[in-house]
Amino acid sequence: MIEKALKGSGPYRTWLSFLLAVVVAGFISYLYQWHRGLSVTGLSRSVSWGLYIANFTFFVGVAASAVTVVLPYYLHNVKEFGKITILGEFLAVPAVLMSFLFIIVDLGRPDRAFNMILHPTPTSLLFWDMIVLNGYLLLNLLIGWSTLDAEAKEEKPLPWIRFLILLSIPWAVSIHTVTAFIYQALVARPLWHTPLWAPRFLASAFASGPALLILMSLFIRRVSRFDPGDAAIQKVATIIVYSLLVNIFLLTVELFTTLYGSVPADVEHLRYLFLGIGGHKALAPWIWLSMVLMGGSALALLSARLRRREGALALTCVAIIVGVWIDKGLGLVVPGFIPSPLGDITEYGPTLPEVLIVIGVWAFGGLLITLLYRVALYVKVER
Amino acid sequence: MNRRDFLRLMALGAFSIVVPAELLPAGGTPGKRWAMTIDLRACSNGCTDCIEACHRIHNVPDIPDGNRRIRWIWTSPFEALFPEQPDYRRDLKGRSVMALCNHCENPPCVPVCPVKATFKRDDGIVMMDYHRCIGCRYCMAACPYGARSFNWQDPRPFIHAIDKDYPTRTKGVVEKCSFCEERLAKNLIPACVEACKEKGLAFGDLNEERSQVRLLLASRQAMQRKAHLGTKPKVFYLL
Repeated sequence: MIEKALKGSGPYRTWLSFLLAVVVAGFISYLYQWHRGLSVTGLSRSVSWGLYIANFTFFVGVAASAVTVVLPYYLHNVKEFGKITILGEFLAVPAVLMSFLFIIVDLGRPDRAFNMILHPTPTSLLFWDMIVLNGYLLLNLLIGWSTLDAEAKEEKPLPWIRFLILLSIPWAVSIHTVTAFIYQALVARPLWHTPLWAPRFLASAFASGPALLILMSLFIRRVSRFDPGDAAIQKVATIIVYSLLVNIFLLTVELFTTLYGSVPADVEHLRYLFLGIGGHKALAPWIWLSMVLMGGSALALLSARLRRREGALALTCVAIIVGVWIDKGLGLVVPGFIPSPLGDITEYGPTLPEVLIVIGVWAFGGLLITLLYRVALYVKVER
Repeated sequence: MNRRDFLRLMALGAFSIVVPAELLPAGGTPGKRWAMTIDLRACSNGCTDCIEACHRIHNVPDIPDGNRRIRWIWTSPFEALFPEQPDYRRDLKGRSVMALCNHCENPPCVPVCPVKATFKRDDGIVMMDYHRCIGCRYCMAACPYGARSFNWQDPRPFIHAIDKDYPTRTKGVVEKCSFCEERLAKNLIPACVEACKEKGLAFGDLNEERSQVRLLLASRQAMQRKAHLGTKPKVFYLL
């Protein structure tokens, strides 16, 4: 099966080479960072996490979102998801690997990363994140590959795979919950210290991940004979609308509680994020863009007529991905550090090497998903 | 090595993996509870003797970029350290006040470290293992006091004169004040306390009734930074 991954038309191979070139550019930037230290990034003693950790958070969400097709298909026998489920499972694999890479590139001493295993520390949420993400990666690889393999050999899937599939459902919830706990656990950062992040992470993930899934489904049915089906895409779009609405609702709850309570230490972070403080307002345009994109997309997708128009649907999906990426990425990580515990307002902006490294990791994920989907398409239609 | 020795070694190895580090002694003198007091009014503006003494003997680099600075001990305006204090305290507003790691009794930085590179000793000192730190900076996010610094670059070129008696750090690790544990081991008080001409700093054992810090805390009103968080700082500010 795996040998089919590299087989394809001219454009397919050009696409692979392009992604590989971007990965190499990212890797070279990373070597530069390795050599010079994290001083090549825009991070500082005030804002000590930035673009890397923002992307880490976002992609854990994308990985968890596979559950939005897996759960209806396997637990509620939603037949329409028969074809799209494998795309969801395979999407989780590169998403988890990208999350790992975003942690690795953020480490000051990546050469010591294995200290995490050498000195396991259950009091740290990073320890649990390592456990749940590794487990989830393994689950999705096993499930995706063996169901596909069974289909290729025209056999029934192995009986224990069903058990793994059922296990993968709560597991998906766990990976994003633990990721939210990393932030929620900290009393030092009032913006993060709220129980709403875990449910909000899940809600926004169940909007952004499936949006990516729809975009890829629309693309795949244009370039191949594999069609996940209109019914599946419309159902996923419905899931996206309600997840997005839940996210916006939870955000409103958060804003109300903090602003009405108006404890200065809590309000200051939101003030910086939405309005800026003392002329420092680098994040404000981003967060307002995110609000407009998420709110607008929710309204647009509520209209069934708009949902059925392929172009409008695709555009809305892009808007949701960008909106959520800001909402739970930069819009969460950076304002948590501003103002600093000493009241300093130090703004953050990523540097060129930092951006190149991020794009490199994206390209790595793109490369992986391309290869995995190629194999899936081979089994589904070309065999 | 015979088979019996081998099995014994295996058992010991398994034991060391299974037993949580919290049950093993973490170093330091048990029974001691080191603390510091800082007189809010003693410090004369512009004097940096304590900072210089500390940074010199601990090989703390002097990084020109303020956003990347490494600091074990520093001064901040009173209102930055105590934002919850009323602003009619005109006599204290704008005063530069010394700050350092609080060596909290409930240190929020310790449980979050995924490799136990930061830990609390039996005498309450919150320590860093610079050889184990992976540079994830979770402890920096967890510290409510801004007491931790990260080596964004190789610190060695920025050290004016390397003190051979104390290790230097590499790029990519977090560092902070250690309450001069290396001096305590030799029965010396912390370098900053010793360097203060105004005698604005005092150091001692909270468990000892006649210690200088206990006497000061009994006779003067004291504040801790962000006491409401329940971290129980062991650096006290005397009013």
